[in-house]
Amino acid sequence: MLANYAFIGVFFIGAIIFPLVPLVAAYLLGPKRPTPIKLDTYECGLEAVGDIRVQFKIQYYLYALAFVIFDIEVVFLYPWAAAYGQVGLFALIAMAIFLVILVGGLVYEWKKGALEWV
Amino acid sequence: MTWIDLVILVVKCIVLSLAATAVFAYFTLFERRTLARLQNRMGPNRAGPGGLLQPLADAVKLFFKEDVTPLMADRWVYLVSPTFALIPAIIIWATIPVGMWPDGQGGNWLQLAEINVGVLYLLAVMSVGVYGITVAGWASNNKYSMLGGIRASAQVISYELALGLTVLGAVMQAQSFSTAVIVERQAQMWNIVPQFLGFVVFIIAATAEVVRAPFDLVEAEQELVGGYNTEYSSMKFALFFMSEYVKLVAMNAIAVTLFLGGWQFPGLQTLTLFVTQQYGAAVGNAVLGLTSLGAFLLKVLALSFVSVWIRATLPRVRYDQLMNLGWKVLLPLSLINVAITAVLNVLLPDAPTLTAIISLVVGVIILAVTANVGRPGKEKRTVKLVEIGL
Repeated sequence: MLANYAFIGVFFIGAIIFPLVPLVAAYLLGPKRPTPIKLDTYECGLEAVGDIRVQFKIQYYLYALAFVIFDIEVVFLYPWAAAYGQVGLFALIAMAIFLVILVGGLVYEWKKGALEWV
Repeated sequence: MTWIDLVILVVKCIVLSLAATAVFAYFTLFERRTLARLQNRMGPNRAGPGGLLQPLADAVKLFFKEDVTPLMADRWVYLVSPTFALIPAIIIWATIPVGMWPDGQGGNWLQLAEINVGVLYLLAVMSVGVYGITVAGWASNNKYSMLGGIRASAQVISYELALGLTVLGAVMQAQSFSTAVIVERQAQMWNIVPQFLGFVVFIIAATAEVVRAPFDLVEAEQELVGGYNTEYSSMKFALFFMSEYVKLVAMNAIAVTLFLGGWQFPGLQTLTLFVTQQYGAAVGNAVLGLTSLGAFLLKVLALSFVSVWIRATLPRVRYDQLMNLGWKVLLPLSLINVAITAVLNVLLPDAPTLTAIISLVVGVIILAVTANVGRPGKEKRTVKLVEIGL
């Protein structure tokens, strides 16, 4: 069983090397004729104005926060899903309570407008 | 582990990586040809018979293109991110059983690694996939790329919840995290029947997860030029393109594994038994391996056609609609799916047919009601200017 993790490890190393081959090949084969205009930031032909590392919408952060909370709660469901058949009704009731809390959080967020994209 | 095992392992890894590349190359051709047919045109048919050499020609062209690194870009991050995007797309194939060819020691030639948490591995690798896109958007130092990258991360994390919960449904059906066990448990009935709701939600969430039309806001040409890959050219662009398509096919393969019975098809056991009795175990195993691989590839091809079909049919959604669909429709639906599966499997553990029929009917009803509630004609038609991004 543990050997299988080693297989994934070898495959992972292979997957790191794999994209490097075409990158190096393209580097060797392709022409290199840089000009200042070619190397400029592309903005539909206009001069780029200002820095890109500026503030962006707070909504992205809200979704990220909501995601972290829900994803961790979902992670708790995984071990349960593999074992609920053996535990029976008790597992069902326990998870029902957990799910009610989870759904409660979702409904609260929904009502508070955290899921609205404005 | 002897050195022969190591050689076999390395060969397996190389074959799997190359297979993924070949699948990518020919999927692009398949998509272009099918899209063309759906739009009543011919598609690429000049290079080789039926356009079969087109992917090769494209690859050669990309090799000889100039590799431009913008002056404003963060050089190292810019260089690393295409690789970063491709690695998860390839290693995700490690635990997918693409067929069943017994190696005589309880293993399977056609599955690289059988680990008991295979589904968790799939989910973990799937989540890592978005980093390449986000980092590429950041490193390019271009407003379009940046927006594309941020959109990608917000979109992918939103749909990951629904995706994880629908995968959970398939796990609950088999009560195991091993992909091999999940496929084996579908010998009698594919998971699509008891998990119909889960399957539909999975397909939608998976389409969004690999940022494909109609959820391709990350690279919406009309708004963001090329999105995160605006500043990429030559092979670096090709690697992004490749990671996207390999991920898409991998998603379809995962859908087949979890919901469509993997490599199983009706009559497989009878066939194998017959051949084994007739010609011996070695031939039996070979026939089992080849037919199961064929069945798996056929199912993946069918789902890939559906992906292309969806792309040809549906227009791109707006960003607020995208987020609403993920959080307010798919997430509740997947929670309902988990609840139905849990209740039915605990209350009626010995009647798989009955539970399957009940959950199929309930799933269809829920989907019909959801579709009806969200029908475009029903919402108030107020025109609201939607501020996009930044």
